[in-house]
Amino acid sequence: MKLITHNMLTSKCLKGVMTGYPLAINATDIKVTEVDFNPEFITRVIPKLDWEVLWAAANSIGHGEGLPKTLEPKFEENEDLLKKVHKVLLEVEVEEGNLTCPESGRQFPISKGIPNMLLTEAEVQ
Amino acid sequence: MSAVMKLKTLQGHLEDLNGFAEPKIKYEQYETPAHLAATALYTIQTQFESIENCTVLDAGCGPGIWSIGAALLGASVVTAVDIDEDALEVFKENVDEMELTNIDAVQCDFLDSRVCKWEGYFDTVLMNPPFGTKNNTGIDMKFLRMGTLLSSDSVYSLHKSSTRGHIAKKVKDWGMKGSVIAEMKFHLPSTYRFHKQHSMDIAVDIWRVYHPH
Repeated sequence: MKLITHNMLTSKCLKGVMTGYPLAINATDIKVTEVDFNPEFITRVIPKLDWEVLWAAANSIGHGEGLPKTLEPKFEENEDLLKKVHKVLLEVEVEEGNLTCPESGRQFPISKGIPNMLLTEAEVQ
Repeated sequence: MSAVMKLKTLQGHLEDLNGFAEPKIKYEQYETPAHLAATALYTIQTQFESIENCTVLDAGCGPGIWSIGAALLGASVVTAVDIDEDALEVFKENVDEMELTNIDAVQCDFLDSRVCKWEGYFDTVLMNPPFGTKNNTGIDMKFLRMGTLLSSDSVYSLHKSSTRGHIAKKVKDWGMKGSVIAEMKFHLPSTYRFHKQHSMDIAVDIWRVYHPH
């Protein structure tokens, strides 16, 4: 699971859960793979992200170094920053671990890099 | 408009992928033929530029033929979703064998997109939805509708040609625009034991359904 994916995941399907966001990450295995750097893509995707959630998620798994807590205006002109964002969004992957719903504490396992967000019928709203 | 890879090369790569280990009838797991997927993806890129440098969602990815084809044609990042753990295992093998690193998968029910803050997020949504059996009519339309909600631009989806009129009406009802961009034959080998014939050809349409800008 890449952090770009984590930035979008919620547990609000769970019965009684209002927002279910962000999910806390507990990672037992992390890998870093190389992905081609495309500054235009990163610039285009940043406005779609919840920046604070990305920042906190990266820090919670020990890959937040050099990532500013708030995004500067004109971030698109800062290539160093775009490279850092590229790395945390696309290259850092949680292979094993789990995600935890901030409201209910329900855990979702991450196995072989794939988070399992399926719920049982009894858990659904 | 161009593509980063020749159609023949793309099809060659897609032919090498592993298929479902044991297809499950409850999810209507039929493999999308490599020829069909390659031709469709190539058309989607060369005619509409909806792959290269795009964020792509593969809804109901199965072994991942759309995801892998889209990544090979230069998608920025591909997100794949499937409900079935076994399908995702084959998916993972295929992605690893192709050494593609810009594909990420989530196991969830695509029809319950509340799991994700994905509304209007993807440039392009690709799908070969379940056609819908007697017990499950209309699931193809539910997939298509969800695809339109998660895309900011276009959904490309495979449907039986016999449903063309129905889809055209629905697309209009949703305030979307759409047209059939290719008619193809879907060659179905007899995947399941209840199939009487050895195999059959089904006429399918590739729909492009898009937000009017």
